[in-house]
Amino acid sequence: MADTIPVVPAVRMRQIVKNFGSVEVLKSVDMDIVAGEVHALAGENGAGKSTLMKVLQGVHPITSGTIEIDGEPVDIRSTADAERAGIGMVFQEFSLIPTMTVAQNIFLNREPRGAGGLIDDGAAERAAKELFDELDVRIDPGARVEELGTAYWQLVEIAKALAKNARVLVMDEPTASLAKHEVENLFELIHTLKSRGIAIVYISHRMDEIRRVADRITVLRDGGVVLASPVAELTAAEIIEAIIGRRLASELVYRDRGLDPEAPVLLEAEEIASTSVLESVSLAIRAGEIVGLAGLMGSGRTEFARVVAGLDRPTRGTLSVEGRPVRFNGPLAAQAAGVALIPEDRREQGLVLEHSVSDNLTLPVLDRVKTGPLLSPRKLRELTGELVSRFAVKVADPYAPVNRLSGGNQQKVVVAKWVNTDPRILLMDEPTAGVDIGTKTEILDIVRDFASRGNAVLFISSELPELLAVADRIVVLREGRSFRDLVRADIKSEEQLQLIIQGEAA
Amino acid sequence: MSSPATATRPSLVSRALAHLDWRSNIIYIAFVVVFVLFAIFLGNDGFLSPNNMLNIVRQTATISIMAVAMTFVIATAEIDLSVGSVAGLASVVTAMATAQFGLVPGILAGLLAGAVIGAVNGGLVALLKIPSFLVTLGMLGLAAGVSQWITASAPQPISDRLYVLIFGGGDFGPVPGLLVWTVVAVAVGWLVMNRTGYGRRVLATGGNPTAAAYTGINTARIKFTVLLTSGVAAALAGMLYAGRLESGRFQWGQGDELTVIAAVILGGTSLFGGRGAIIGTLFGSLFMGLVNNGLILAGLDVAQQQVVRGAIIIAAVALSRKK
Repeated sequence: MADTIPVVPAVRMRQIVKNFGSVEVLKSVDMDIVAGEVHALAGENGAGKSTLMKVLQGVHPITSGTIEIDGEPVDIRSTADAERAGIGMVFQEFSLIPTMTVAQNIFLNREPRGAGGLIDDGAAERAAKELFDELDVRIDPGARVEELGTAYWQLVEIAKALAKNARVLVMDEPTASLAKHEVENLFELIHTLKSRGIAIVYISHRMDEIRRVADRITVLRDGGVVLASPVAELTAAEIIEAIIGRRLASELVYRDRGLDPEAPVLLEAEEIASTSVLESVSLAIRAGEIVGLAGLMGSGRTEFARVVAGLDRPTRGTLSVEGRPVRFNGPLAAQAAGVALIPEDRREQGLVLEHSVSDNLTLPVLDRVKTGPLLSPRKLRELTGELVSRFAVKVADPYAPVNRLSGGNQQKVVVAKWVNTDPRILLMDEPTAGVDIGTKTEILDIVRDFASRGNAVLFISSELPELLAVADRIVVLREGRSFRDLVRADIKSEEQLQLIIQGEAA
Repeated sequence: MSSPATATRPSLVSRALAHLDWRSNIIYIAFVVVFVLFAIFLGNDGFLSPNNMLNIVRQTATISIMAVAMTFVIATAEIDLSVGSVAGLASVVTAMATAQFGLVPGILAGLLAGAVIGAVNGGLVALLKIPSFLVTLGMLGLAAGVSQWITASAPQPISDRLYVLIFGGGDFGPVPGLLVWTVVAVAVGWLVMNRTGYGRRVLATGGNPTAAAYTGINTARIKFTVLLTSGVAAALAGMLYAGRLESGRFQWGQGDELTVIAAVILGGTSLFGGRGAIIGTLFGSLFMGLVNNGLILAGLDVAQQQVVRGAIIIAAVALSRKK
């Protein structure tokens, strides 16, 4: 390989192995991070990217292997060790105090002292200003963080890391929550950082960004390195092939359920825009149809589902349910019209975790299980039993808290809970995230069965194999717009779909 | 989402204006408005007399001292409901110990009582992660019960003149001792909150505990120390009650927790943590004292005063809601 790694890179990781219990998450990974370069780290969810970076950041100690910083072996066992070694982390959130000023955040717990050992905020603001000037970033160091837009939070994070003399910055999907012009600003900043000799690890799923900003790429699959090369020598298709690999596509296969092309349209969206990222999303779902919604992080998939579910108002465009235009003033109105949303984060939004499986299953339909004004224990028991067996929830005791179930079974409870409310239109946002393959196929069967009874399903997923297995059509979002509407039969391969999502295919 | 991030550092004045959100400054407006109203309507009843002004300061000293410590507690997004009872307990402990063992042991015993209760509060909250609301609510009853028990509900007279002189009875020339105590408490509180690493860590703990922990701040220790300090400050307040009123009684401080919390919230400290305004707290407690004084001069009875105070507390909490 025509690779030119300097004799002494900023970070050299060799034969890194990380086990969690008996599970080998990283299998002898090598990675060289060079000063003044951007090193992209790519791979599917679960490939080991975050574990590798957590090893570098001292969150997880390595099982075996060596890490060298500037040629010196280091022992990184805590985040403090990593900080001392010059590793900086740019968190998406959580690491700033919103009620404090920018300068106070940058120097938190290391405040410059003035007379009598008292904190000198003026000195902190001057130092922060100097740092921002060097980076050519315009932020008022005296402004409170909560008053800044989220794009600036990231810049403050970067400044905070640099103020601690970080020489390696790890950025995890740094553009996920940024608008287009903010991305440009970030790229300019990355350029400045490079010229100052900072090494950057850039975790991203976006081929266009990787090819634009990165000098070098390492692709992980199943805990091992499958590609390590300068980016300039690679095409997007080559990178995607490395990420995906050759799949055993036995479990997840598309089944043609014989759709009626004349079936009535249950949900129609025309040029929907919102105050968030949505600019113009149009799609239609017929009775019996499953439409997949694909796109990169931040392309507007979740935001679109929120509008349809009545959680956010559209600023433009029309939404029609069963041919009639609707304006939902809240989620209850959407539910009354037959729209149900299975949200992205089941633990936060989909379940009451301390409550029993039975309580969770029956929560939306309590009116159906009453005798007079009181809840009927008998009807509750019957309904719970029916749902548990119909959706094959593996549960020893339906009256035990739902958080004792596995992730897959929890997700089945969420799906059962909403399917049982008899919606006509079911919106599912990443319904199989963190679910094992067996449960995944069961959930896909439930979805197919639900649609075949004459209902409409909008299926949002980042996992293309399952999207290709379940969706009859796939609408691809890009930057808040629906820019492709593809019939399943026209999609030849996962690679082709991935290239379309990345905007790399014509 | 637009951002106020600007290219150049704005002038002090424009920055002060930009930061002047009325929620955190309402106390100053309210203070001036109420003061002027009372001056107009109660001027003839002696409201403006120097003596009455000094009286307001004397009567609010105990509230101010507890409120300064409470500002730290609330800035970490915790609460201390036990301060009133702790003040009562410290007043009787000090009185009894002074009578038996003398001045210095008496003072130490009073402070120790507050420190022990503060340490128990803090330990339960920081180590066992029990909500401070519940811990200190329990302690409110517990401390009140102990002080009634050990005194058999009887007042404990204080005959030590030096004690009375130091703790509230005395004047330094024209300056009442209680004013000195208040000024010292506020000055120390302001410096610690705004100009020391400890104050910064308190604000960080309340503003975003996860981020604070990431930054290497021991948030459990911070929570422990603010509750410990609150206990000691409450004990000091109880000892000032004892000095001003020349006796220790379990009733001293009873119900003060509500006045103290109202003063802190009115002063611009957020119940949700991350903000602590010591000067605002001072004006919050002066405001509470002002209202009390005015209502008495206006001839309202105790029941009516309670109604007005309750309404003010509700208004204060309503104002502290997140934007």
